[in-house]
Amino acid sequence: MTIEVPTPNTPATQSAVQGATERATVLTVQRTHLPQKLPEADAAPEVQRASRRTRREDVFRLAGAAAAGVAVTAWLFTQIAPFQGGLPFLVLSYGFFLVFYAVLVGLEDGVVGVVDRLATVVFNSVAVVLLIALIDIIVFTIARGSKALVHLNFWTQDLTLAGPLDPLKVGGMLHAAVGTLIMIAIALIISIPLGLLCAVFLAEFPGPFSRVVRTVVEAMTALPSIVCGLFIFATWILLLGMPKSGFAAALAITIMILPIIIRSADVVLRLVPGNLKEASLGLGASHWRTVMHVMLPTSRSGLMTAIILGTARGIGETSPVLLTAGYSSSFNFDPFTGPMTSLPLATFTLVKAPSDTQISRGFGAAAVLMVLVFVLFLLARLIGGKGAGELSEAGMRRARADSARMASRFTRRRLVPAGYGDSGFPPDGFRPDLGGTP
Amino acid sequence: MTTTTITPTSGDHVVPRRTVIVRGWQDHLFRALARTGGTLVLVLMGLVGLFLIIRGSSAIKVAGWKFLTTQAWDPNSHNFGIAAVLVGTITIAAIAIVIAVPLALGTATYISEYAPDGIRRLLIGTVDLMAAIPSVVYGLWGAFWLDAAIEPVSQWISTYFGWIPIFAAPDFDPSDPLATTTVFTTSAVIAGIVVAMMVSPIAASIMREVFAQAPIGEREGALALGSTRWGMIRTVVYPYGAGGIIGGIMLGLGRALGETIGVYLVISQIFTINIHILTTGSNSISSLIALRYGEATPFEMSALMAAGLVLFVITMAINFGASIIVSRSRSGAASEG
Repeated sequence: MTIEVPTPNTPATQSAVQGATERATVLTVQRTHLPQKLPEADAAPEVQRASRRTRREDVFRLAGAAAAGVAVTAWLFTQIAPFQGGLPFLVLSYGFFLVFYAVLVGLEDGVVGVVDRLATVVFNSVAVVLLIALIDIIVFTIARGSKALVHLNFWTQDLTLAGPLDPLKVGGMLHAAVGTLIMIAIALIISIPLGLLCAVFLAEFPGPFSRVVRTVVEAMTALPSIVCGLFIFATWILLLGMPKSGFAAALAITIMILPIIIRSADVVLRLVPGNLKEASLGLGASHWRTVMHVMLPTSRSGLMTAIILGTARGIGETSPVLLTAGYSSSFNFDPFTGPMTSLPLATFTLVKAPSDTQISRGFGAAAVLMVLVFVLFLLARLIGGKGAGELSEAGMRRARADSARMASRFTRRRLVPAGYGDSGFPPDGFRPDLGGTP
Repeated sequence: MTTTTITPTSGDHVVPRRTVIVRGWQDHLFRALARTGGTLVLVLMGLVGLFLIIRGSSAIKVAGWKFLTTQAWDPNSHNFGIAAVLVGTITIAAIAIVIAVPLALGTATYISEYAPDGIRRLLIGTVDLMAAIPSVVYGLWGAFWLDAAIEPVSQWISTYFGWIPIFAAPDFDPSDPLATTTVFTTSAVIAGIVVAMMVSPIAASIMREVFAQAPIGEREGALALGSTRWGMIRTVVYPYGAGGIIGGIMLGLGRALGETIGVYLVISQIFTINIHILTTGSNSISSLIALRYGEATPFEMSALMAAGLVLFVITMAINFGASIIVSRSRSGAASEG
């Protein structure tokens, strides 16, 4: 069911007002109207006006200060102090660059201007540093893993036949990828229904009890991931005597991601505009229908984001799996018996081996894991990233189609003479509890 | 659904009328279901906490106050404590925060205030992506790349700033040309940088979201009064986003304290307090658990639980502090669409 919120002064509202006195008129006027596309000026959010422009002097100052900084550092390194290494060179020349830049700006500007210019430069460079670090991490992992990644067998085999001394032409990581998928699937089967149910409970039934639940869940988001593993290890494996298995690892992952999913889903559900809920309840829909047909669809993208981010965290985390899954180098499709391995666990185990080929395999597994997480993440960005109630093009089309269908349904009913049909409802009776289907 | 009272505007006896709404069976079922879900989660989460407390306290009872002051970890001869691992954990987290705060604050400021539109969208995606990289990848980067790359820098710092106690390297003599530089590998600083790389995107994305909400009217007002861009940031954006800055830092700190694999791969674990952060050897509670869980006797297990409990309590306190500060900041606007 889609609730259209008509803006005041639309024909529909006016006709509804008139309808109180002139029932006959209302019956012929279409009450549900299709929303017109708003003019651009109204639709766009408020944007700060740009007040920046670059002068020629700004560029000259930057270039001059940079050249002077590098030159002075080079002179210092070669002539004065026996410094060595690329990083100290970079740091020192950056320091000199800042000093020269401050002096150059100070030639025609006061203290306020100098501080402003310096702040601009520093913020620019901090962002660049973070970006470089990220690129370094990704490129390094993929480059070290590429020796293993280029072989086709890396994607299609397990490690049963591949010892530490075997070349990279033997053995692969498919068993770890399969293990990862099985573990995360079990964890999601448990945590999605339970997490969403709990989030709905927190958002929809406020009271002392739900406050307690929310507090405990928030506390549990602080639970270090290794402690999740330790808990399952101490209870499921040591206390109950179960073997290390994929299922035990899935339980540990569940305990880790459940609070994360609940917390972000709770936030998203609380962001559903109150007037949408009130409109639904005001039209006579039951609480259950309001949740199912208004709250959940409205916050669908946010909920998907919560689940996908929880999944990315669950896939990437090593420590709960380390304690509970055991380690296996061959395929194991049965989560309940025998050890199972996952990509982060395989990475962790392989890079500790004193063998170049094993380390290459470990890096390969890390690269595969990273790609998997990136794909999930991009999915989350595509689906999410929109506020509650904001619809995509397709969503908007669906909503319009729903409204049109409902409008035609009302018109159809009105055209039939009074006392029509088997339902026995008045011709213009609106029954929200029947849902959006005609 | 709820019982509402309506006050009539006219009439002799102004008595609120009670309107009672009868719930259908679906609603009853829904209430029961939601309540069950909430209870189940509460029981599950409570069980984890309770189990930690019960199992952990049996070890703490044996060790007493010495649990906090002993450096060695030998539970089977009842000589154990978390002094070394706790100090190691805090050292690594502190290094991480010292590095991550300027990085995160600078990146968040750049993204929300300085970046041109196209670059802004790219950077937002990049920072969020960084937050999603698995910790084992950061660990690999730290152990195989940073460990070697940091060596000359550590050597340089310890040579010229060695008079500051934490930067000293007692086993390294800079005047000896044959001195080995391996004392600078697997140090707390490397672990701290790895963890900083891990937490700064998390902190940065929280800060960025708060900065972006700073009211445009106030920003343009500051600029119109003649403020520079930096002046506007300092007087409008930062005060408005103070809650987000502190909250982001504390959430990052909570993550930094609990990080296992990134730290485990980088450091070599020792059970003494090492204040020389540039030299080999450090420890953390989570690495201790990852190292010792395998061959643990039941009593050692309970000692590990106690260590985990201490870590949990610290991160929980920090998280709660963060959420209180964030919720008190001005940026928590109500949502009425």
